[in-house]
Amino acid sequence: MTTIPKEIADSLPKALLEDLKEKVKSLSQTKAKKVMETVHQEYNKARVEPGECVGLVAAESIGEPGTQMTLNTFHFAGVAEMNVTMGLPRIIEILDGRKELKTPMMEIFLKKPYSKGKDIKKLAMNIKETKLNEIVTEFVINVADFIIEAKLNKEKIKDLGMREATLLTILSKEIKGATVKKKEDSLIIKPRGKSDSLNEIYKLKEKIKGTYVRGVKKISQVLPVKRGEEFIIITAGSNLKDILKMEEVDTSRTRTNDIFEISGVLGIEAARQAIIDEVFKVIESQGLNVDVRHIMLVADTMCIEGMVKGITRYGVVSEKASVLARASFETPIKHIINASLVGETDKLSSVVENVMLNQPVPVGTGLPGLITKVK
Amino acid sequence: MTEVYLNSKFVGTVDSAQDYIDQFKGERRKGSITSNANIYHDEKADEIRIESSKGRAVRPLIVIKDGVSSLTEAHLKQLEKGEITWSDLIQQGVIEYLDTAEEENSLVAIVEDDITPEHTHLEISPMDMLGLTTSLVPYGNFNQSTRLNAGSKNQKQAIGFYATNYAVRMDTDVNLLHYPQKSIVNTMMHEISNYQNHPVGQNITVAVLSYEGYNMEDAVIINKSSIERGLGRSSYFRPSVAEELRYAGGLIDEICIPDKEVKGYKSERDYRYLEKDGIIYSEAKVTEGDVIIGKTSPPRFLSSLDEYNLASSTRRESSVAVRHGEKGIIDFILLTENEEGNKLIQVRVREQRIPEVGDKFTSRHGQKGVVGLIIPQTDMPFSSSGTNPDILFSPQGIPSRMTISHLIELVGGKVGALGGRYIDGTTFDAEPEKALRKELLAMGFRENGTETLYNGHTGEKFKAKIFIGNMYYLKLKHMVANKLHSRARGPIQLLTRQPTEGRAKEGGLRLGEMEKDTFVAHGASLLLKERFDSDKTKVPVCEQCGIIAVHDEFKNKSYCPICGDNVEITNVELAYAFKLILDEFKSLCVYPKLQLKNKY
Repeated sequence: MTTIPKEIADSLPKALLEDLKEKVKSLSQTKAKKVMETVHQEYNKARVEPGECVGLVAAESIGEPGTQMTLNTFHFAGVAEMNVTMGLPRIIEILDGRKELKTPMMEIFLKKPYSKGKDIKKLAMNIKETKLNEIVTEFVINVADFIIEAKLNKEKIKDLGMREATLLTILSKEIKGATVKKKEDSLIIKPRGKSDSLNEIYKLKEKIKGTYVRGVKKISQVLPVKRGEEFIIITAGSNLKDILKMEEVDTSRTRTNDIFEISGVLGIEAARQAIIDEVFKVIESQGLNVDVRHIMLVADTMCIEGMVKGITRYGVVSEKASVLARASFETPIKHIINASLVGETDKLSSVVENVMLNQPVPVGTGLPGLITKVK
Repeated sequence: MTEVYLNSKFVGTVDSAQDYIDQFKGERRKGSITSNANIYHDEKADEIRIESSKGRAVRPLIVIKDGVSSLTEAHLKQLEKGEITWSDLIQQGVIEYLDTAEEENSLVAIVEDDITPEHTHLEISPMDMLGLTTSLVPYGNFNQSTRLNAGSKNQKQAIGFYATNYAVRMDTDVNLLHYPQKSIVNTMMHEISNYQNHPVGQNITVAVLSYEGYNMEDAVIINKSSIERGLGRSSYFRPSVAEELRYAGGLIDEICIPDKEVKGYKSERDYRYLEKDGIIYSEAKVTEGDVIIGKTSPPRFLSSLDEYNLASSTRRESSVAVRHGEKGIIDFILLTENEEGNKLIQVRVREQRIPEVGDKFTSRHGQKGVVGLIIPQTDMPFSSSGTNPDILFSPQGIPSRMTISHLIELVGGKVGALGGRYIDGTTFDAEPEKALRKELLAMGFRENGTETLYNGHTGEKFKAKIFIGNMYYLKLKHMVANKLHSRARGPIQLLTRQPTEGRAKEGGLRLGEMEKDTFVAHGASLLLKERFDSDKTKVPVCEQCGIIAVHDEFKNKSYCPICGDNVEITNVELAYAFKLILDEFKSLCVYPKLQLKNKY
């Protein structure tokens, strides 16, 4: 058993150390020592030097391949009607920290019996959100009684495996400001208030069309797909919280492309990893080659506040300490005026401000300074 | 019942649309209805629309009657003899103009052999689909359409013989080719457009081969002796204008040799070419800064005090001089007056332009390139007959662009040059390549146009047979002499104290945002500072209030406009642009206070 010298053990990260220990096991003492020393040397060589401008290098490294990216969406292989935002628009979407995605998507992995294809169609139908207008053939406003009559599509309801009693309870819960009753094949929806404006009842009619009836909210499309040996469900629309509640779902592998949802459900570290994965996926799909560490740096800056912040003037940029740096990004007058109201001080500690003043930027050779005061 | 509209106005209905239309067309062909009127049957809406308004695009087509073209051999013979003209054909109803709407109801055959009973019209020539310059590309039907477009675009930029009265014209920015030649390989359009009386190119010998790498990436190598014989030689004309403007208060500009007392007087040397009237003499050789027209203007602000105090002439110098980086010979001087009766002088400067490295040349097939190297004839490859190429064109330009016409023209040019005749390369109707090959073979050359060439440097035989022939080449108006630009020191902008922009203003080359980033990424902090030093200034700053102070040059003393002169004032070095932004902050009623700290 070879021991690792202390000075080497102290300077290497844990994961690397474990790996090293494993690899060195079978070697003789002298050989092992040599290996360890080389590893130590290489590790030190690979580290970023002080003063290295990592942020800018990351920006250039992502930005330059970005100019070569093909724009627009990418059609889902083989299956119609499922688009995924890819390429530059997707990267912009992630890095801007947009809350509303163009194409939210989930990949739902399933537990054992279901992943082999058991009840997969039924399961998928259960996940898909059904709205009221899908099970209703006709909405009629009865002007005389001032009610809305919705004619039910019996077959559709049967297909979905719903009972009318449950439907009624769900609807009374979901539709606010109106009572729901059943009469023969129709639902009678009566507004509670004493309004008799035709305009308002028309508005109500339009509103209830989108009422949630069953399934998981926000999941607008489902698509069971066989990937490798198992079945998974790909969805358009994302609702991680409710999906993870389902018994059939393998919670450890199910994922969504909505970073805000991940941050809300699984926490900021998961969101950071999601940003890295999502950005890297796009770059890889375009056949480009960007080192992950650049993306990791971006993801770190986005998540450092404990919540996901975009690289926009409302997000990360608003956190910058320097007034001049913020003003040089976007909406300068707003920043100057606000700074003057509270009397902000700019310490000139970063790059942009110093370029503006024509001073050496505190990066690279501009970083080192004298600690001793010159008298 | 079909509704009929005349120029979008309802005029009535007819029972049988087809009969009506046939009758209309018959009358038009007879000449009782104007040939400018077109009729269109909208079958979906069941409407007939007759248009005779102006502004419609129309084009002529041959009428087909009962499956036979109405343009007969007899017509052609009469045309040849000059017995009938175009308008006769229209009157006879042989040719008619269709607008875009009537075209929708017609079926047009492209060539006579295609005619079926359904066809209503015949193209006069398949070349009709091309525009004027595009149809000047020989063998154009062998090309991809994008190359054809590129080829016609290039031809528009070619230097040629643009007008026979060029010597007395005052055009701005004009080039003139010295020895324009008729092209050997022509199209029908060359004859129709009278092209051969004002040609824009020269027939030269082209060898398709790489040589020393100086013709890669679309460059060409030119034979120096060919240039000395006049290949691609041109003149560049550029006028300078001066006017005796009248100002308020009866003041007027004066064209004269400026007095030494005049404000802004250059130097005696600059005015040396001016004659007594203040205008340069003809054929004077001028360079940058030499005055062409001497002129003085009245002082700008009459009320200004110091202008009153100085009793002597306070007129301003406003002469017209040769622009930065230009030179030439005074070619032509025009004295006249403008609409307001002011004296107007125009002086044209001429400069001979001999092809140099960086000038742009092109064939007629979108194969443009700049001169990469000029080598002496002795170093040019040569054939067994002692022929040297004028231009070496890189074969790398052919495969990706697929300009087959370029290759065919080269063979065609060779046949034409050897046989002493013109070759017809009209698009869709050219002399076939096969015939050219046969003729070439008959003249004792390889039928594919290749020849054995010898290396000009070593005299060794090239292993490959080189494709060599004659082509029509054009010199384009983009010449390095008009574009070359560099600067070490020079003029700055008044407002920002940063260098001016653009070649005309002798400007600097901008180190932009992204270029700045590369410096930062390298950590070259001090080098970056030096790059951005162009507008650095020393500014006195009041230590107490942190606002920019004032330095009084007379008393050699600095004082703060707020705190007076009993405060410490320190000089700080910063970008003038930053001083400007501080001023702008102040104008926004924002107080930018500078807190100074010793750097060390």
